[in-house]
Amino acid sequence: MFNFYLLSSVLLISLIFFFLGNNRAKNLVKLNQKNLHSLTHYYGVYSLLVSLLPALGIFFIFTICDDLIFAELIKKYIPKEVVASKDYNFTIVLAQINNSVEGLIFGTPPKWVTNAAEIWISWIHKSQIITVIICISTALISGFLGYKKISGNFRSRNAVEKIVMSILAVSSVIAILTTIAIIFSVVFESIRFFALIPYDEFLFGTVWNPQFEGAERAGSGQEGLSQYGAIPLFAGTFLISIIALCVSVPVGLFSAIYLSEYATSKERVFFKPLLEILAGIPTVVYGFFAALTVAPFLRSSGSIFGLDVASESALAAGLVMGIMIIPFISSLSDDVINAVPQSLRDAGYGLGSTKNETVIKIVLPAALPGIVASIILAVSRAVGETMIVVMAAGLAANLTANPLEAVTTVTSQIVTILVGDQEFESAKTLSAFALALTLIVITLAMNFYALHVVKKYREQYE
Amino acid sequence: MNNKIITPLEASNKVKKSIAKRRAKDNRLKLYGRVAISLAVCFLLILFYSIFSKGYSGFFQYYVTLDINFDRERIDPKGDLSDNSLFDGEASKIVNESLFSIIQPQGRKAKKQAKKIVSSGKDVRIAKMVKNDPSLFGTTTKVKFALDDDIDSFLRGYIKRETPESERRISNKIIEYIDKLNEEGRISYEFSDYILSGSASGNPEMAGIKGAFIGSMLTLSVCLLIAFPLGVATAIYLEEVAKKNKITEFIEVNINNLAAVPSVVFGIMGLAIFISIFGMPRSIPLVGGMVLALMTLPTIIISSRAAIRAVPPSVRDAAYGIGASKLQVIFHHVIPLAMPGMLTGTIIGMAQALGETAPLLMIGMVAFIVDVPNSIVDPGTVLPVQIFMWADFAERMFIQKTSAAIIVLLGFLISMNALAVYLRKKLERRW
Repeated sequence: MFNFYLLSSVLLISLIFFFLGNNRAKNLVKLNQKNLHSLTHYYGVYSLLVSLLPALGIFFIFTICDDLIFAELIKKYIPKEVVASKDYNFTIVLAQINNSVEGLIFGTPPKWVTNAAEIWISWIHKSQIITVIICISTALISGFLGYKKISGNFRSRNAVEKIVMSILAVSSVIAILTTIAIIFSVVFESIRFFALIPYDEFLFGTVWNPQFEGAERAGSGQEGLSQYGAIPLFAGTFLISIIALCVSVPVGLFSAIYLSEYATSKERVFFKPLLEILAGIPTVVYGFFAALTVAPFLRSSGSIFGLDVASESALAAGLVMGIMIIPFISSLSDDVINAVPQSLRDAGYGLGSTKNETVIKIVLPAALPGIVASIILAVSRAVGETMIVVMAAGLAANLTANPLEAVTTVTSQIVTILVGDQEFESAKTLSAFALALTLIVITLAMNFYALHVVKKYREQYE
Repeated sequence: MNNKIITPLEASNKVKKSIAKRRAKDNRLKLYGRVAISLAVCFLLILFYSIFSKGYSGFFQYYVTLDINFDRERIDPKGDLSDNSLFDGEASKIVNESLFSIIQPQGRKAKKQAKKIVSSGKDVRIAKMVKNDPSLFGTTTKVKFALDDDIDSFLRGYIKRETPESERRISNKIIEYIDKLNEEGRISYEFSDYILSGSASGNPEMAGIKGAFIGSMLTLSVCLLIAFPLGVATAIYLEEVAKKNKITEFIEVNINNLAAVPSVVFGIMGLAIFISIFGMPRSIPLVGGMVLALMTLPTIIISSRAAIRAVPPSVRDAAYGIGASKLQVIFHHVIPLAMPGMLTGTIIGMAQALGETAPLLMIGMVAFIVDVPNSIVDPGTVLPVQIFMWADFAERMFIQKTSAAIIVLLGFLISMNALAVYLRKKLERRW
């Protein structure tokens, strides 16, 4: 709420400067009968931007930094004996203090925690006062300076355009920043993970059995039990993706061929969006469908044939995921098949071939790179898919090729490890980041390869 | 290939012979295509059928009508209608007494069982009623209370009378009481007033989607406020302002890569950057919206760029010709003309964000939160996550409630997509 009021008052100040600047420019025109360089509202907008932007910048820096600074400063108020003790962990201490700042008190915290929390609260008050003073005064001062600048010769339009152009440029940098943030967050934690667990054990180990460090340290007889071999996860991901492809490739490809070659335009207009609905359904809905409709169905029909289907099976998750990625294959392949020049088809018909022969022998080979790319994109979608496997594939890290058993995947392990409270120091939590890193690498590699395939063969027929 | 020379007559005979086979092959391919499409449509129909058939009944539940004597002394002992006073009151006791007067349970054990027939939200319901309308005090009014979820399941036929008592979740006694209530015509099946206005609850009969719905709206508005301006600004910069050089190429590659990154990774980023480094609280719509904004940004940028590219250069040239500056060309001509395309892309991106679950699990929006969030910094959850949580609960009734929540979610997604299609059809211009 505090931030909201502060931001609105800064906005109000800059709006006032807008009207002031606008009026001043209008008055200049009226009094001097002089031609201004720019239209009057540009003078107003200039005052507005000049007053608003620096204040906003300062506000964001302050709000982001204050917690970081407080966290550094609070270290002084943690008693030495606590710091010296064996299981001292600053993150946990900080969380304790933060909790009591927010009034969430579990049990009776030690005296120094409540003290530190009180100090913290006093800092918050101070920093709020400082932020208000600095933000408002910056808005006023810079707005006033901008306002002062307004005169007949001042080229306000150019100035405004410069500012807007830089805003546009800065916003396009966000994409880069996001990528950096993703890489940064994943790579750093992964490095820490690989310092604890050797990477060859992670990549080639066949047992996945993460345990919290606490259990190991406590000497509860579980030492050395936790193992981080990711092969079962990769195998599970692979198995489910294969099942999904077995569903989606035939259905998607034949639909694409039919829609682009055989269907009347009316059928096309009707069925294409219908297939695309499948891509728009939230994955959690698919997960629910897989867990509550498909899995019991498979289980009961499996028992008819004397097969023992696990209640959470790779088959259920894979089938439903296959349904989900049908439109990725059908839509993209349809576009690619449509892009094959009509002259090629006409040449085929001219030689007396039937539609079937034209499609199989001429159109499909011509469209093959695009079709392959669409399948690769669908696979990368399947590999990164989370909710369906979390809800329907189970969590048991079985190394199996039997689709009737429960398997687990990279994404579902990430979710299980990171949902809820985690201890950032433990190998278990860090392993999720290492998994995420492999996930990113795999999906990006597939996308690059798909793009490469398309680029390499695209212009063959033009 | 055989190199034997054949006469035209032989050749034409050969073709004639093979033609039936070739036609059949052609028809077969056509058939495969039809089968494939009907399979896909079938999947869609089965999916919708299974959700709607379960979800439809999730909007309804069983109620029992009891005569409640609104005794002010007992309900509101302090007499000021404050939460405290109503909490101290004996509302549940009054409800139980009214219930007992009908079913006449004998002994303490029977009474204890009978108390569970009416949902535990009964006192809250009475408190709400008297708050809305204090004139109820002193009257005896018929009030409808939700039945407990097990009894609801029994009435729906999921818990069978024939099952032996030891394997049933409700005892023979309770069934006897229910029959008694039914005979008196006190049990009714009605549109549930909890599903749309209730919040997360451990009691399935009182659970509703209001909290998750508001959380979704808050998260989505944060997402929109961040992603739309940023996406449009980036698209304008890349299409209209920036020169083609290494930096813009790098930005483009980045955007395409971001579009391919699995959504769960955005959640990890949100956890590592926003929560652990910036120290933002967990479970709040602000962080959720920021994560989803970064996730939908590529979608918005890519479609906005396509929309800008579709504006013909002649429009720009005409504007330049009468002396507009670059920014005036962009803001007065290009953006208004590209707006329908940009909006369509944005709506599709928002639909994607509305249905997204995995990244929000990472940043803790999965917590059990009973209060409806009032602002973007209150802990909350969103519809898809609520669906995920309910799907995990064991109680039978949650399946119907989950399906009902899915129907609401799908309803929103379908109307958003329909809006996007409508916008595209209505405002699209062919040059």
